[in-house]
Amino acid sequence: MRLVVIGNGMAGTRLAGEVRARDKSVQVTVFGAETRGPYNRVLLSNVLAGTASPEQVRLPAQAEGVTARLGVTVTAIDRESRTVLTAGGGREPYDVLVLATGSEPVVPPIPGATRAIAFRTMDDCDRILGAAATATGAVVIGGGLLGVEAARGLAGRGMPVTLLHLAGHLMDRQLDAEAGLVLGEALAGLGVTVRTGVSVSAIHAHGVELATGETRASELVVLACGVRPLAGLARDADLEVAQGIVVDDRMRTADPAIYAIGECAQHDGTVYGLVAPAWEQAAVVADLITGADPTARYRGSRLVTRLKAKSVELAAMGETHLTEDASGAVEVVSFSHRARGIYRKLVIRNDRLVGAILVGESPTVGTLTQLYDRGGPLPGDPAGLLFPGLDGAALADSPVRMPDSARVCECNNVTKGRIRACWEAGARDTAAVVAATRATTGCGTCRNAVEGLIGWLREQEEVRA
Amino acid sequence: MKRPESTIESMLISLSPPAPVMSPVHRGEATHCPYCALQCGMNVSGGTGGTIAITPRHDIPANAGALCQKGWTAGELLTSGARLTTPLARASRTSPLEPVSWDDALDRVAAAVRGIQAEHGRDAVAVFGGGGLTNEKAYQLGKFARVALGTSHIDYNGRFCMSSAAAASNRAFGMDRGLPFPITDVAAAGAVMMVGGNVAETMPPFLRHLRNTLIVIDPRDTRTARQATLHLRVTPGTDLALALALLHIAITEGQADLDYIAARTTGFEAVRESVASWWPERAERVTGVPVARMREAVHLLAGAGTAMILTGRGAEQHAKGVDTVTAFINLALALGLPGRPGSGYGCVTGQGNGQGGREHGQKADQLPGYRSIGDPAARAHVAGVWGIDPGELPGPGRSAYELLDTLGTAEGARALLVFGSNPVVSAPRASHVGERLAALDLLVVSDFVLSETAAMADVVLPTTQWAEEHGTMTNLEGRVLLRRQAVAPPSGVRSDLAILSGLAGRLGHDEGFSADPGVVFDELRRASAGGVADYSGITYERIAAETGVFWPAPSEDHPGTPRPFLDRFPTPDGRARFVPVDHRPAAEDIDGDYPYYLTTGRVLAHYQSGAQTRRIPALNEAAPEPYVELHPDLAERLEVAPGDMVTVSSRRGSAEAVARVTRAIRRDTVFMPFHWEGANRLTNPALDPVSRMPEFKVCAVRVERRAPVLMAGERDGAAARAGRGRGA
Repeated sequence: MRLVVIGNGMAGTRLAGEVRARDKSVQVTVFGAETRGPYNRVLLSNVLAGTASPEQVRLPAQAEGVTARLGVTVTAIDRESRTVLTAGGGREPYDVLVLATGSEPVVPPIPGATRAIAFRTMDDCDRILGAAATATGAVVIGGGLLGVEAARGLAGRGMPVTLLHLAGHLMDRQLDAEAGLVLGEALAGLGVTVRTGVSVSAIHAHGVELATGETRASELVVLACGVRPLAGLARDADLEVAQGIVVDDRMRTADPAIYAIGECAQHDGTVYGLVAPAWEQAAVVADLITGADPTARYRGSRLVTRLKAKSVELAAMGETHLTEDASGAVEVVSFSHRARGIYRKLVIRNDRLVGAILVGESPTVGTLTQLYDRGGPLPGDPAGLLFPGLDGAALADSPVRMPDSARVCECNNVTKGRIRACWEAGARDTAAVVAATRATTGCGTCRNAVEGLIGWLREQEEVRA
Repeated sequence: MKRPESTIESMLISLSPPAPVMSPVHRGEATHCPYCALQCGMNVSGGTGGTIAITPRHDIPANAGALCQKGWTAGELLTSGARLTTPLARASRTSPLEPVSWDDALDRVAAAVRGIQAEHGRDAVAVFGGGGLTNEKAYQLGKFARVALGTSHIDYNGRFCMSSAAAASNRAFGMDRGLPFPITDVAAAGAVMMVGGNVAETMPPFLRHLRNTLIVIDPRDTRTARQATLHLRVTPGTDLALALALLHIAITEGQADLDYIAARTTGFEAVRESVASWWPERAERVTGVPVARMREAVHLLAGAGTAMILTGRGAEQHAKGVDTVTAFINLALALGLPGRPGSGYGCVTGQGNGQGGREHGQKADQLPGYRSIGDPAARAHVAGVWGIDPGELPGPGRSAYELLDTLGTAEGARALLVFGSNPVVSAPRASHVGERLAALDLLVVSDFVLSETAAMADVVLPTTQWAEEHGTMTNLEGRVLLRRQAVAPPSGVRSDLAILSGLAGRLGHDEGFSADPGVVFDELRRASAGGVADYSGITYERIAAETGVFWPAPSEDHPGTPRPFLDRFPTPDGRARFVPVDHRPAAEDIDGDYPYYLTTGRVLAHYQSGAQTRRIPALNEAAPEPYVELHPDLAERLEVAPGDMVTVSSRRGSAEAVARVTRAIRRDTVFMPFHWEGANRLTNPALDPVSRMPEFKVCAVRVERRAPVLMAGERDGAAARAGRGRGA
């Protein structure tokens, strides 16, 4: 079978590897517009921030048996002859075609927008870093996930950064207003000036002009205004395109030989902009086209957004905007401590976690993510999910409160009662108790407890005397 | 076929003398504990009235004067009334076991073996060994299978124990020596990461060697985890993803030791690229471990002057156990730990001779000296020692579970000889294994108590045990120790070596199967010479004089090798090998029908299948019955109170156990100890593709409160309890 993949990003690369892992007989050709080998786009903000180097985010080159045609742009799909046409006039026949063309940055229609650098690829990253080397400050336009990461990253390089956002609070798709506020305050503490509810009217050579007429001087302007699926090839081939290329549960278009995955695809009304869904889709397509699992279907993904920005902990998942309604079907549990940069919110429906926001240090982020992912039932009292400290059983911390049946030495099964009996039988120091009970002779961690108990017994006796 | 069981108990009473007569050979003989791989040193002396006195030795660094309750009470094994003291056999498959003479028992076995092999070929007879057997026995068992029986089918319960760590270590270092450093190095290390190991329960004195920063990776808040500086409470079956993310962090945050990587390893680039796909936020979602905790773990490990990563069965007993261990070895290599004084990677071996037992040929694919049975040079060397033509040596046989799974089938063995193992309790999918054993034409079990497996046997051969015989044990450090005889065995029992000698003679091999452990050890030394695990320079005298010798010791004037990786790794190019691996989900994940993870493990008072420890009153009192740990949230949902009987079911079987309600377990997981029949009826025999290790540590189960069986007069109370929770 001849498989052609258009797109050498995280979805396309993954698909090629998954297919080859299942069936070595499939001939795979991957076209990539970028000339670089595959890299982990998720970690680009780390490269921007200097917390990862470009080679540290490099992904394995295409699996053995995969032909990678890098820097070759596909210009058209001829569905009749099942062939793709390339810019150089080449033709590549396929039995199965997978579109993994990804998306392109949205450039707002404002004067001077071309002076700004969109933040999307490793090349963009290089350009931004090149400009940052001489710039005295930066403006980031767009306070979504990527904009926040870019602003944090540039601030971490020591330059003053202004983050401009059109909506009333940062990351408004994922966060509620309170969370957005807490995030903004955390960023402010790290050298990012956050302006929300502002729109940019023009980008000049030396700064940004706001709709209010105010200007922010900056040699470096970064655009992070969202992305749009690259669906032109599909549209030109008369495949259905809405927001993205429309696919069914097989990730297949109306043409049974053509699939689409990743950020260019629209499944059940949703275009996913994260890597986890793209990889789940790649696995489904690989199962189907190799016949490894003909029943494989994609049923949509649960979205977990995790900010990757040093010293800013943020996780958001699911339906964070739901509010309690009159029916009582939705419960919201929240805790806010802005002085400490902490905001935690759980959205619960039918005893299941359907949304959560965690800003600031959160020891239960892993537990909550898994409860959300798996739809597991919640405990009657969800407080322990926000404050794990409440979850610990009270320890019998003093000899007085400890029951006689409490095991003091686990290794030799010695209870408080036995130590007391020993004492009463005449063992007056640790050595004598140890000789009689073997307490402390195993792992040794109960030594303090045994000594404390003997001291307490001695005190008790002195009190009685 | 179902064996009659009703008569076993009554027969035991009539067979065993009230207390076997113990006459001490020496008083206060310096020897070692019968249980775990720590092999604590102890002095054993016959006390008055047939009791045994035990005191800890201070000259053995592993325990240095400490003992746990198992060790202190080990003497009771020697005097136990449950001891078998005469061979037993059945007149027919439906008859009860009855006492027979040794000649009768061995004649029966030899005749049946000959008959089965004549009809079905030599591979129709299989051997199953144990990681508790001395080096001498393990060696002799492998030789007996290949030479006297001529079968390729020999494997052992260590396959269920050490095989994943062994395969990963061999792949990375070219050698599998559990700890490639003395245990005293652990105590000196600035930081230790313990992955899936609960030494506070399994080998308590080990905890004395964990003195500095301790990072524990475990789904449970174990007693070991409670000692930790940092506990990463990982989702069962996801240690591999966690390891990949830890390495990702180490690399991106500049903690990788690039000079070490360049000088002492190969393959780093491929591993670096492979972990670029495992950024910590992704792993957080899979493992449930917060990113911040992962960072902290890497910083603690990388920031310590000396550091170690140790793995236990929690990381290894998975269908991806080898890759999981490999991922942690990759992390250790990236941090520049292995082969550095005071640092390194090691696995914490479990069974008493889990190390030596995996070196000398009771493994399906292996010959003495840790040689591969597929290697022509290895075959020629060992065949030379054994005085046979290399062509007569069988090839590799089936791994433990596959061996058991095929018993009594067209392609499997029809007879099985078991030494030092109780697979009816310890194998995964145990009910099925029981059925396979019942389908055999002949089951022979050598043991000193009537274990669950022995109770099914056609012939039971009563053997001597630890303090009744000489032999060597190789502990978790790779230190070869002398386990001396301290008391005389009860009359009527024979050593495993004597049994093998008797059987070999009846099968036409009068030579080459000595019953004398010293003679066997000398032959083992020759057979291991030139191998990876070279014992040729080790003698009983040296062990006694040096309180143990570290292998490899290729000559008698060689000092032994406490730290084999300091200068080079025993690979062809002398470098350690990075091997890229990827995470994959558990073989069986939770779903609507089986919504909770089951993980299994040990409790302090018991050892392995409990065949020994469940017969010691003090240990039974400490841990009397199987139980299942439930999180309070789960208990509330199931309306289970502490002490209720619950039924735990998987796709393979079900088991009942007493509920213990504790926050030490995750909300999505239940825990059962495996020392009793039950837990392993549930476990999943999905095998690791490399090590053939079954997935003991994670499977999907459902949990239900068992409907109480009411006795007259209990109804009111039970009804009141049943009502609790529902109305509240």
